Amino acid sequence: MRMRTLLLAVFVVAALALTACAPAAQPAAPAAQPTEAAAEATTETTTDAAAVPAGACDDPLGCIEIAAGDPIKIGYALVTAGPNASLGEDSARGIEIAVDDLGGAILGHPVEIVGEDSGCSPEGGQAAATKLASDTSLVGVIGTSCSSEARVGAPILSEVGLSMLSPSNTAPDLTDPEKHVDGYFRTAHNDLVQGAVAADFVFSDLGLTKAATVHDGSLYAVGLATAFADAFQKLGGEIVSQQAVNVGDTDMRPVLTTIAAAGPEFIYYPIFTAEAGFITSQSKEVPGLENVKLMAADGSFSQDFVNAAGDAAMGMYLSSPDFSAFGDAYQDFLKKHDEKYSEAPLSAFHAHAYDAMMIFAAKIQEVAKQDGDTLVIGRKALRDAIAGTTDFKGLTGNLTCSPTGDCADPKIAVYEVTDTEAWNPNVISPMKIYPK
Amino acid sequence: MFANLRRKYDFTDVLLWLIGGILLIFILYGSIVTLTSGKYTTAQWLNFIVFGLAQGGIYALIALGYTMVYGILGMINFAHGEFFMLGTFGAFFMAEALSATGLLESNWVISILLMLAAAMIVSATVAILAERIAYRPLRRAPRLVPLITAIGVSYFLQYTARGLFGSGVEAFPNVPALAGSIAVGPIKIQNTQVAVFIATAVLLLLLWLFVSKTKVGRAIRSVAEDKDAAALMGVDVDRTIAISFAVGGIMAGAAGVMYGLVFRQVAFYMGFVPGLKAFTAAVLGGIGNLAGAVLGGLILGVIESVGPSLFLEGIGIPAPHQLKDGIAFTVLVLILIFRPTGILGERLSKRA
Repeated sequence: MRMRTLLLAVFVVAALALTACAPAAQPAAPAAQPTEAAAEATTETTTDAAAVPAGACDDPLGCIEIAAGDPIKIGYALVTAGPNASLGEDSARGIEIAVDDLGGAILGHPVEIVGEDSGCSPEGGQAAATKLASDTSLVGVIGTSCSSEARVGAPILSEVGLSMLSPSNTAPDLTDPEKHVDGYFRTAHNDLVQGAVAADFVFSDLGLTKAATVHDGSLYAVGLATAFADAFQKLGGEIVSQQAVNVGDTDMRPVLTTIAAAGPEFIYYPIFTAEAGFITSQSKEVPGLENVKLMAADGSFSQDFVNAAGDAAMGMYLSSPDFSAFGDAYQDFLKKHDEKYSEAPLSAFHAHAYDAMMIFAAKIQEVAKQDGDTLVIGRKALRDAIAGTTDFKGLTGNLTCSPTGDCADPKIAVYEVTDTEAWNPNVISPMKIYPK
Repeated sequence: MFANLRRKYDFTDVLLWLIGGILLIFILYGSIVTLTSGKYTTAQWLNFIVFGLAQGGIYALIALGYTMVYGILGMINFAHGEFFMLGTFGAFFMAEALSATGLLESNWVISILLMLAAAMIVSATVAILAERIAYRPLRRAPRLVPLITAIGVSYFLQYTARGLFGSGVEAFPNVPALAGSIAVGPIKIQNTQVAVFIATAVLLLLLWLFVSKTKVGRAIRSVAEDKDAAALMGVDVDRTIAISFAVGGIMAGAAGVMYGLVFRQVAFYMGFVPGLKAFTAAVLGGIGNLAGAVLGGLILGVIESVGPSLFLEGIGIPAPHQLKDGIAFTVLVLILIFRPTGILGERLSKRA
């Protein structure tokens, strides 16, 4: 009797665990509670204000003081482990190259990068943001990688007065005027743009009118799948099936069978590496989908995805930033990247991360005040300066920040996978095919 | 809890039956509406079932390990999913090596046998070590202690694999000979799925022969029946338990190869969800019962595959496949309400 009760208890726990943390890939970061971090920051601010001469820091959010020779610390919250590691690693490399280009220093202070893995999940984003928020010497944060991380992470960082610039959050939700938090900015495009380009491509270029979408319940995927569906319907197309999977699912054949029954000509699944890989490889095994066109988005724009998908990825489409529209400075960047890492960029947002770092550098130079030997940076002043970014010449274009933090100069292209072994966008595979 | 049912019907029983009844009506209603809507052809329904059986075969192989250990020790070995994960890595490295030498293309039968050997050796070794190091010292401890230890072993193995093999996803090499499909009536079945069916059937047969016909099998059954009595009769209990773990590990290794062939991805976290599902399958079939584990695995796979479309689509619930875990667990709860010991519900000792 007792054993059975125990079994039932275990079983309930197991069921909860399954629903709560299916991927189980995020290392739990031991970190202070957000409230504690906020409290700490407040104390720090008051002591600062008392320590420096009156007038040195009149910033409502407090200042960061950097003594002579001390580093300027910039944090990042990017996914650098797990199936989506190449997304964050790619951005981290963009930051490193930017730091190299700055000569490793801003205003004579060496730049120190403090990295946290954010796991591409809400929990990971919360852990990374909490950890970074507890470091009161941070000037700003670059990140996060995935939109779902920012939904929870941004308020935590905003609370302690930090500014954050995301290189790859694309969910429309994050810069929605109703939901935007102060201090949140991004150099990545808004998915309203990406969804519209994808829809244009499918409807006008491929000439297909029946599409199906799949999302994985994440902020990014839901936002982009919806943006695509809205734009596609506006053009006159029909969304025949809207399906969803879970992060961590492996058997996509049943959901693909359901999609096949609706008879689409095209499937759009803007989800992440592992699940997008399963959908791609298994779609060839589901009757009725043999000739259906497949398209994923920037969340799966990496060699890891193509590896996971295997031969089935051949000829499929990926929407992503348009590298060919980036201009000459980007070619120099690619050269530096190749020299430093001896391979092509891993994913889509290295240039956006480079721009994020450069905006931080420019704005720190703009607002920093010298107080004797000490460099004083007002948190609110830095935030306002970033918000005031106008026509900033970046790798990704001319960046101007909207009142809700959209700083991108969005240029989206559609690429075709032309090789399932090698990865070098626009050189080997994938190749840009739209806009022409 | 449920055995009292015959003597008196108390409030809890009535409530559970009520919940069960409501769920059952809900499921039946959804199914009828979906079936009469004619959204899917017969071939598509058969496809759902075949996909479910292929997934279920993998659950079944993993579930066998859970059920053997439970049958003999009364302990739920939550680290079993990680034995499966490590076995898959074993098969993966073997497959990489075979792919590099070209044997994978030229002789796929030997290749798969070598992959199976690699996976089984890795899984069985890890299982034996886990038993020896983590579980044996706790054999006389209260039941919850080994359970918590098992969760600890699970995390230990998972993050060891992460440290050793990295945190990314590796692509399992393709076996060209298994690339196609065969036509069976109105549907096509992938060769890899056929391989899963055959492997599950063969392994189950071998396991059944091992447990019911060999001397070691008899020892396993006697230890499952009563450890102390078995020891008095001259059975080496420690050795027998270690063998049970090894056999469970071998099944998990086989499941790892099947998983690699069907899903073609390997990652350090991949053991967690299948492990949990296989445990569910073992409970569904009647934990401690070998045939039950297989039946439970297949049923769980089919419910996950067919359930979302069959139960939910008809009543207009959008994106039903996202709810497949919910459906699988609902069906599990239903089965446990009406058959508290699982579908076949017997112990390893009584019928292997």
